[in-house]
Amino acid sequence: MTTTSAPHEAVPRTPPEPTARSNKRALRENLAGYAFMTPWLLGFAFIIGGPMIVSLYLSFTDYSLLSDPEFVGVENYQRMFTGDDRFLAALEVTLTYLVVSVPLVQVFALFLATSLNKGIRGLTIYRALFYVPSLIGGSVAIAILWRSIFQGNGLLNSALGSLGIDSDFAWITTPSTALSTLILLNVWQFGAAMIIYLAGLRQVPTELYEAAMVDGAGPARRFLSITLPMLSPVILFNLLMNIVAAFQAFNTAYVVSNGTGGPADSTLFYTLYLYQRGFVDFDMGYASALGWVLLLISAVVAALLFGASRRLVFYGDES
Amino acid sequence: MTTLTEGPPTPGPTAPPQPARRRERPVSKRQFHRHLLLIAMASVMFYPLAWMIGASFREDSQIADPGLWPGQFFTLDGYAQGWAGISGTPFWRFILNSLLVAGLCVIANLAACSVTAYAFARIRFRGRRVFFAIMLGTLMLPHHVILIPQYVLFRELDWLNTYLPFVVPKLLATDAFFVFLLVQFFRAIPRELDEAARIDGCGHLRIFWKVILPLSKPALATTAIFTFIYTWNDFFTPLIYLTNTELYTVPLALRSFIDATSYSAFGALFAMSVVSLLPVLGAFIAFQRLLVEGIATSGLKG
Repeated sequence: MTTTSAPHEAVPRTPPEPTARSNKRALRENLAGYAFMTPWLLGFAFIIGGPMIVSLYLSFTDYSLLSDPEFVGVENYQRMFTGDDRFLAALEVTLTYLVVSVPLVQVFALFLATSLNKGIRGLTIYRALFYVPSLIGGSVAIAILWRSIFQGNGLLNSALGSLGIDSDFAWITTPSTALSTLILLNVWQFGAAMIIYLAGLRQVPTELYEAAMVDGAGPARRFLSITLPMLSPVILFNLLMNIVAAFQAFNTAYVVSNGTGGPADSTLFYTLYLYQRGFVDFDMGYASALGWVLLLISAVVAALLFGASRRLVFYGDES
Repeated sequence: MTTLTEGPPTPGPTAPPQPARRRERPVSKRQFHRHLLLIAMASVMFYPLAWMIGASFREDSQIADPGLWPGQFFTLDGYAQGWAGISGTPFWRFILNSLLVAGLCVIANLAACSVTAYAFARIRFRGRRVFFAIMLGTLMLPHHVILIPQYVLFRELDWLNTYLPFVVPKLLATDAFFVFLLVQFFRAIPRELDEAARIDGCGHLRIFWKVILPLSKPALATTAIFTFIYTWNDFFTPLIYLTNTELYTVPLALRSFIDATSYSAFGALFAMSVVSLLPVLGAFIAFQRLLVEGIATSGLKG
């Protein structure tokens, strides 16, 4: 089961009967509910919902923090799609990063999860080991490491050198390869997805595999006809989480490119561009518009994924 | 996808124990190959990390050497230089700052998320379905859509160069992931326990405090550790809200190191990078099972 089915769980299973006594109790429950919810309600109003509305308003203004926002209509959005090459570059970088790295993460995670799920010794050690990159991968320390691997006089070239291959290719300062190194960093962090797949594999009834083997299905057939369909809710969940994370990738690109998104905007992640417009140029109105476009793009992608999942995801008996 | 199907033919992930025992030899040979593959993968993945640790103990002139062991070039200069910090602020100060922020965030998240999760999981109040759906929606909301107004608000409140922009959002339960994780956990606690407590005259506050929380230690620990790690690694929030070097957290300090040091001082940069990873790795080693299970259940319980 995935989170997608969770809202239904909130439905009270047995609604209280409408007697005077239960009415009083219902009132108490309501009061208690809102009392316990207070932090979240305040947080939603002041940290999330309120700012969302304000940001929508700001996206139609010219606002530099120094003077009051000045209403300019759809100018920000118009500029974005007609006169801003860096916006298009940022969009392309983030989408490329997402489209290449997210599926690769799934392939690695699924491959490792199925390998580990075969009653192998030392499962917990492997599982823990492969998970470590997911915990540290977003840190500045690892970004620094990545920089020193892929720069001209970095680890990769010196390792190639000791193998007899002379290279001083500057992977992170060459536009055509810079993004690939960041994609590799994301793939390096497949461990979290792998753990979720492993947990999912545990829930696949063993009888299915036994029956398939009796019928003479080979490992490929078993994977395609049993593992993939049974795992499809988990795949959907992992895809969603990884896509959300990929849209918001920032740290590594910032550190590796020194905040520029270079070389030649080849690592200008969408969020990095938004940061530059907002906190370097103090073009807060434009940055807000960029935020809303990001929200809309993620919403469209999520909707497409859910749409596809309706036909492709198998929820077993529960659906 | 093809890689997945090329694996060695096996009796399936869940072969009944008997046939497996009968065919012990081929199975163990296959196991051997699988171990070989896994160890090879792990080695490739961890080589850069091991290299960085080794290089942090090497003299700067030998930094790019692909070997792991410092050998004759062993030096602690990198650690000494790095520990001296940036423009007069020693590095331990950044570590203390990070620990303070992370500690406050852990407490705030535990308090706010558990209370909120209790409301969602145990109290039948009007509108909770709607709020729960909204809460789940915020789970996928790109943070950047609320970034600018949040910054404007916190700036108006004079919170720049304080840790309030880190802690207050957590105190207001905006970390939906943990609310969700705790809701899932609370729901799995048998309701009979609440009913029994209610018959004994307990209200929600006492049930929450005396029944639910004591039974939820694993989920609370998972929340605490993940909050610690995320806050410790957080780079974006300090980047935006902190400009005073004395208040820097470790990631921001590391990033400033890059500007402050030339390539000749890479040893210091590496040394402090290694130091910055230690708390996360330590927390992971200490609470490995909780973290792995926390991640696993996040996607699976429904």
